[in-house]
Amino acid sequence: MIPTVLGMSIIVFFMLHLTPGDPAELLLGERATEEALHEIREHLGLNEPLYIQYGMFLKRLMKGDLGETIWTRQKVWVEVKQRFPATIELAVAALCIACFFGIVFGIISATKQYSIFDYVSMLGALTGVSMPIFWLGLVFMLIFSVNLAWLPISGRLSVDIELEIITNIYTLDALLTRNWAALKDALWHLIMPAVTLSTIPMAIVARMTRSAMLEVLRQDYIKTAKAKGLSQFKVVYKHGLRNALIPVITTIGIQFGVTLGGAILTESIFAWPGVGKWMYDAVSQRDYMVIQGGTLFIASLFILINLCVDILYAVINPRISVQ
Amino acid sequence: MSSKPMTTKTQRKNPEDRHPFLDQLSQLWRNKTAMAGMMIVSFFVLVAIFAPLLSPHSPNETSLYDQLKPPMWHENGSKKNVLGTDDLGRDILSRLIYGARVSLVVSVFSVGLAFVVGTILGCLAGYYKGMLDSVIMRIMDIILAFPYLLLAIVVVAYLGPNLRNAMLAIGITYIPRFARIVRGSVLEECGKDYVTAARSIGARDFRIIFLAILPNCLGPLIVQTTLSFASAILDAAALSFLGLGAQPPTPEWGAMIARSRALILRASWVMTFPGIAILLAVLGFNLFGDGLRDALDPRLRD
Repeated sequence: MIPTVLGMSIIVFFMLHLTPGDPAELLLGERATEEALHEIREHLGLNEPLYIQYGMFLKRLMKGDLGETIWTRQKVWVEVKQRFPATIELAVAALCIACFFGIVFGIISATKQYSIFDYVSMLGALTGVSMPIFWLGLVFMLIFSVNLAWLPISGRLSVDIELEIITNIYTLDALLTRNWAALKDALWHLIMPAVTLSTIPMAIVARMTRSAMLEVLRQDYIKTAKAKGLSQFKVVYKHGLRNALIPVITTIGIQFGVTLGGAILTESIFAWPGVGKWMYDAVSQRDYMVIQGGTLFIASLFILINLCVDILYAVINPRISVQ
Repeated sequence: MSSKPMTTKTQRKNPEDRHPFLDQLSQLWRNKTAMAGMMIVSFFVLVAIFAPLLSPHSPNETSLYDQLKPPMWHENGSKKNVLGTDDLGRDILSRLIYGARVSLVVSVFSVGLAFVVGTILGCLAGYYKGMLDSVIMRIMDIILAFPYLLLAIVVVAYLGPNLRNAMLAIGITYIPRFARIVRGSVLEECGKDYVTAARSIGARDFRIIFLAILPNCLGPLIVQTTLSFASAILDAAALSFLGLGAQPPTPEWGAMIARSRALILRASWVMTFPGIAILLAVLGFNLFGDGLRDALDPRLRD
């Protein structure tokens, strides 16, 4: 894991230097004054050889210093902290939707293999994998916000709703302060982006659950359980599902990381003020400090999640840790 | 005299003697969803090739008098613009047809890049093992440490937003999938007798890797290529949607959707059709890829 993190930091570091143009000018924008350019060259050591610069970059990273943004002149880390709760709220909501429907559809498809339900849901899953979610988001918007006016078109909370901010995860804050009006409003805003973001993971989880279930249902102990005269429900859920879930949990973990990356598209469509939208704005404004910091943050998180998935995998599947 | 043709006849009937490729082909042929996928893919390929013949208008021809015309079945629509026009009066159907070209070219180049580089790296890692293997696979792990759309976005953000850089970015992010598959297959094949045989007659490494081992690893590679086409079309559209891929006035599906965002209240058709085109093209490749996987590589089935 450590070599991977180091390698990642090398990539992020060198990308700036491989970009045509003066790094200091790239970082400060075209209208930067000569003093400002000089200052940032000193601060980042841009006049030093590359390997020393990389060392300084790592040293700053260790201290949690991701630099300052170009446009707002704020610490990148502060901005990440401000925006991350929104992203995690969206990603967790999307993942919950994806897991629930994905697993349920997967199980029914597996127990009724080759039925109409199986064909339709698996075709649906394949369509989900093939879905351009940025388009799907706009279609939802058109149907549910513009035509039916059921759901708010963008943002996290209506302007007239007051909410005391504790964690910056609005639904959680509303729950903690027992502010039911705000909870309803926050959920209302959350539904559309979360469903949009959940499309691809849902499809992948459904396909994975189905194949894992099919595999398990062929095992001898399932036959034994059936022969004992257990009900279909007990056979499928108690004996089957528990074993089938092992590969599914790995898939869910991987999808969690992918969802964080995919949030860029969803957040930019629904103006959801999270890390993804922030990075999207940074890309269009050419704020390389934000791109650098945001990339490092998301990629580190991604690695951390994958590590947790590996550990979890060993915990729920004792056969792995023995080997 | 008569026994000789008899044996050849019975031999032919024996299914064991058929080339496995024929079995795989017939299995693929019988797979209806895979055939549906192949038809969709062929349709898009044909449309892309014959775009100039098929499109009723030039994709970038603007017309001041025909701005935001709805599709022909709509009451204000006309037969001149079957699927309507966008805010500059450009014919949407023609732009979709040329868009097929852009999408296919992008996916061919990006998947081609990933295929060539990934296969070579995978072969080297799997065949030589040791240090080279660890170094190559470590680098692949690093690329995989980024959520891949994010990596593509970052690469394009630094290199500059245009279609060529988008292809490059997508290609780079896809290298590890090919490298991993090829490495695994090569590792597996290396221990087999035919490789030892090739080595013992003095064949050079290059020959052993590319002419003896690689043809035996083709199955999973073909499957991965087909499925990568699907995701490359999707990712290229996403990059263009974010303004990082095709630049105006290139008729690219993702870019068309991005432009239609501002028109969502007035002209929903501008947004609808490019999305359907992306969905269908990607679905076609996915259906075909799934069928190929069932036929060529039962191990990978999910």
